Amino acid sequence: MTPLPLRPVTLAVFLILFALVTVLGFLGARWRRADLANLSEWGLGGRRFGTVISWFLLGGDLYTAYTFVAVPALVFSSGAIGFFPLPYTIIAFSLLFAVFPRLWRICKRHGYITAPEFVRGRFDSRALSLSVAITGILATMPYIALQLVGMQVVIAALGLEGSGLWADVPLFVAFLILAAFTYTSGLRAPAVIAIVKDLLFYVTVIAAAIVIPLHLGGWGKIFAAVPAAKLTLPVPGPQTLGSYGAYATLALGSALALFLYPHSMTGILAAKSGHVLKRNAALLPAYSLILGLLSLMGFMAIAYGVDKAPQYAAGFATYHGNFAVPALMLAAFPPWFAGVALATIAIGALVPASIMSIATANIFTRDIYRAFLRRDATDAQEANMAKLVSLLVKLGALAFILGLPAATAIQFQLLGGVWIIQTLPAVMFGLTRMRLRAGALLTGWACGMIVGTAMAASTHFKSAIYALHLPGAFVAPGYAALYALIVNLAVSLALSAALNALRTPSGARLDPASRFEF
Amino acid sequence: MPKQPRPPMRLWRAVLIVPALAALAVPVFNRTAPTLWGFPFFFWYQMLWVILSAALVGLIFLLEERGSQAGNDAE
Repeated sequence: MTPLPLRPVTLAVFLILFALVTVLGFLGARWRRADLANLSEWGLGGRRFGTVISWFLLGGDLYTAYTFVAVPALVFSSGAIGFFPLPYTIIAFSLLFAVFPRLWRICKRHGYITAPEFVRGRFDSRALSLSVAITGILATMPYIALQLVGMQVVIAALGLEGSGLWADVPLFVAFLILAAFTYTSGLRAPAVIAIVKDLLFYVTVIAAAIVIPLHLGGWGKIFAAVPAAKLTLPVPGPQTLGSYGAYATLALGSALALFLYPHSMTGILAAKSGHVLKRNAALLPAYSLILGLLSLMGFMAIAYGVDKAPQYAAGFATYHGNFAVPALMLAAFPPWFAGVALATIAIGALVPASIMSIATANIFTRDIYRAFLRRDATDAQEANMAKLVSLLVKLGALAFILGLPAATAIQFQLLGGVWIIQTLPAVMFGLTRMRLRAGALLTGWACGMIVGTAMAASTHFKSAIYALHLPGAFVAPGYAALYALIVNLAVSLALSAALNALRTPSGARLDPASRFEF
Repeated sequence: MPKQPRPPMRLWRAVLIVPALAALAVPVFNRTAPTLWGFPFFFWYQMLWVILSAALVGLIFLLEERGSQAGNDAE
């Protein structure tokens, strides 16, 4: 098997674009200049992003490098099931419109910069807040690691893969750049870079959606080249929901989880107003359309036969389906444009990785450091701690990727989805005046975490789909996160109702919801 | 503490359940025919609903804007 060759033109274009965004990242510190020694400035961009910047920031945040590589890879290898991000975003953006402007308003009023901070204020419980904080950090860490996986695939496609110690140098350099501009500029850096990244993203995907079908003789020919079994979901047999259950619950569960992730929350809270979020709920689906076309690049790769071409065999041997899109770009585009496309993926890793590390740092600083370790921390101490933590988090992600196989990061990310959704009752139901008790929510959270993890463990962490056996020998395969959330909700609601029933009238006045300003 | 002004009519939002149901009704769209520009039904149906849901969200946003012209919306 021949190793992937070095591609000078592609590499040159790639390096120019990468250098451009590096400069932009550092210049970001000067944009709408403010005191970056203040956490809401460093970690939230001063809550000043309008409709357009928020659109780029949220788009850049939610559509990551890993999305760019893994979604088409899933379509490439498994077919129709890989299209579930489409229904998922349809539901997620409706939710963004209906629920999150209220959260934005409450957080603005109280000066909160994280979800656990809101939970602490709303339920007057540091324990419940800590559970949300730890879940957020645990769910985000492997996600950052996965961004670096996306970058590794690109580095390999450029032919930069050396051996031994040299092998990890390009990734290390990219990591240093990412860490440095995040440290100096805070959230302003990914916001500025997201503009470039998203424009490149649109250009690349639209070019692929036009050029490749033209080359292959139209979309009809592309779909005709795909085995029929990959064009639809397998029809379930008797006594089971089969792939239908898996598809629908994956879409619904992922949609419910999306905006609970700390990096999504940071993107939301950095908006200038609730109206900005509402407008974005209508404008962000433009990304979903592009995502739809992007996922079909998995089929284009099949039609192009890149997996059978000997010159890409080395890439597929190492990265399997994840190499489908980079290989397609190298095969279908002229070298210079392949450089643009590969740079898009690599820059697409920088933006979310930066926001994720900032979001994690915000949570650690506000909800662990300030809430438990140093309650009288000054603004400057807070900002310094956050900057330091953003570095440590990324270092952890780098060590993760260099020390453990990529499959481990993917398994942890899968668990991250199962875990983060367990914060839904505290965060979303907390927006209502429902009389929920902190102890009940904490118990529900613990039950959800245990049940969800056990479900994932039963598949040896290979799959997020758990085959639920119902009475009457009926099987309902579904997303473990959603099933565990149902357990969590049942416990939270039932226990709250029971505790409320036991309470005296004077106790009822002590309900935190009655004292909290919504 | 002064009583907060009630939010404007939010009943419109119930309509948002429609695209969600359409997106989750897998048996309805799990087939290849009819095709559109070469796209099997499975794929173009879901992409169409992305556009329809965005339009619906935009419409509801405008309706609510009109409803809250009084300007009491703190957002």
